[in-house]
Amino acid sequence: MSRRATAADRARSTVLHLVSVAIGALIVLPVGFGVLGGFKDNGQLSTNPLGWPEPWVPENYTGILGSEVFWRQLGNSTLIALATVLVVVGTSAMAAFVFARFAFRGREIFFTLFAVGLMFPFAVAILPLFILLRGMGLLDNPLGVILPQAAFGLPVTIIILRQFFRNIPAEVEEAATLDGCTPFGFFWRILLPMAKPALATVSVLAIVASWNNFMLPLVVFTDQSWWTLPVGVQAFQGQYADDTARVLAYVVLSMIPALGFYAIAERQLISGLASGATKG
Amino acid sequence: MTQSTVIRKDTGSRAAVPAPRGRAAARRRGRPRQLGAIVLFLLPALVLFLLLVIAPILLAGYASAFKWNGFGLPENYVGLDNFTRAFQDPTFLGDLSRTGILIGLSLVVQLPVSLGLAMLLNQPLKGRSGYRLIFFAPYVLSEVTTAVLFTLVLSPNRGLGQQISEWLGIDALNGAVFADPSTVLYALFLVISWKYFGFHMILYLAGRQGIPRELTEAATTDGASAWQVFRHVTLPLLGPTIRISVFLSVIGSIQLFDMVWVLTGGGPIHASETMAVTMYQFGFRRFEVGYASAISIIMFLLSLIFALFYQRYVLRRDTEGALTTMGDQR
Repeated sequence: MSRRATAADRARSTVLHLVSVAIGALIVLPVGFGVLGGFKDNGQLSTNPLGWPEPWVPENYTGILGSEVFWRQLGNSTLIALATVLVVVGTSAMAAFVFARFAFRGREIFFTLFAVGLMFPFAVAILPLFILLRGMGLLDNPLGVILPQAAFGLPVTIIILRQFFRNIPAEVEEAATLDGCTPFGFFWRILLPMAKPALATVSVLAIVASWNNFMLPLVVFTDQSWWTLPVGVQAFQGQYADDTARVLAYVVLSMIPALGFYAIAERQLISGLASGATKG
Repeated sequence: MTQSTVIRKDTGSRAAVPAPRGRAAARRRGRPRQLGAIVLFLLPALVLFLLLVIAPILLAGYASAFKWNGFGLPENYVGLDNFTRAFQDPTFLGDLSRTGILIGLSLVVQLPVSLGLAMLLNQPLKGRSGYRLIFFAPYVLSEVTTAVLFTLVLSPNRGLGQQISEWLGIDALNGAVFADPSTVLYALFLVISWKYFGFHMILYLAGRQGIPRELTEAATTDGASAWQVFRHVTLPLLGPTIRISVFLSVIGSIQLFDMVWVLTGGGPIHASETMAVTMYQFGFRRFEVGYASAISIIMFLLSLIFALFYQRYVLRRDTEGALTTMGDQR
């Protein structure tokens, strides 16, 4: 009987593996097509879209890596993502500190105001935001992307951080206060260092959101020298519509930073999404 | 409605605060120095939020009552004309039905598949962390990258889909999927699913891991089959996670833009156009800012009404707390 169970287990495990491999192939195949396609020329792509490049043509990749445009877009995306994180995590940590550890009238109303912001989609606000930014002279200015991104990132960041700050025992704060710590001292010297894992998590979420944002940089930057990678990729596709191999190389190169970051920060990203979506 | 729920719930949690902290809080409340700290710490976030999130929504509401090109101050007050126009515009009505179709497909196809895969990866399976890593990877790619990649993968010339359809002898992937009004929406849905199923899968996995092992083990010991355990133990306990994932999926469908804009631009002949694309066309291309604002407001109201109803009738059951349950209940 036990032998039959093992056989059944083995059969089940094989089926599970087959399904997983099939799904995995659906994910990997398009990306692999892009990576290899970037090493072909367009003639090869037409006759042999799926196989190995023969011969390998590295010029698509080297051409892009040798041009200044790609690196500038990479730099812009990086600068904007880092600045967004600084602003959104800094202001959110301060606000979450107030919401988690102070009792005052109207606290819940303010908190609700932020939480409601979770339901305000970017697409809804983009047009008035554009007019507002134009009025403030922030078009073609990185702040015109950084500040709105940070503002829209506040709700989820505050909610996650508040939850975390709440779980730090009251005794820690009592002890710090007895030792003469001001609220600011407690926040800066004790709370933030203790909250490092949570800060890392919300930072990763903010970086991914900023990195992938398309609509806002699209409308804010008319000056090409400020374009971020998503805007650049779209423009590149428009410009080289007939040169499939070259566009594939650009897409693949623009994926590498995101996938590299994912490899490093996977745990933080997943725990952040899980806590943002299931614990609120 | 939302607010009262929150405040009611929070009263409960405040009562549950341990005594020492309650005393400390009461002591703090009286001190002016604490008030200063509160204002100082809250102000940056509040200013940013009011100026760049709340104000734009209000401004859109205001602009929607004007026939306005977006320059100078709004003029030509037209009341609700922009809204009546939207509901008589076949493109906008089409947007609504396309959004409905995408929501329906997500709920019937995408989410169940994600749930199935989460259950799969919850089994003792060699290399499952590797599978998980790969399944989730598309989520970190931007919608633009994904969209550009798939225009080329499914392109009529030099595409991968064409090659595969030749091998399989079927016409379905022959490259015209994005150019054919009858298939474009489904092709779009497939690309969206490619990118997002891993995200929902991760949510379900996290929810599944929160279910105590004893419960499923007890059911198995009592002689329940794997399907019975799933149907009567796992699925009900996953309820809160599933409800959140449905919520995110619906809200995401209402505001879909990046993917459509890059893949099809809304075409051919509006066959894949969404509300956000229509809004962008009118607001940024034709400078009909009043009309575009009305579309923004309709999108906003759809999200808001959905969220409120969802919160009132669906999420209320979940003690776990949620995106829309504003207060914290623990």
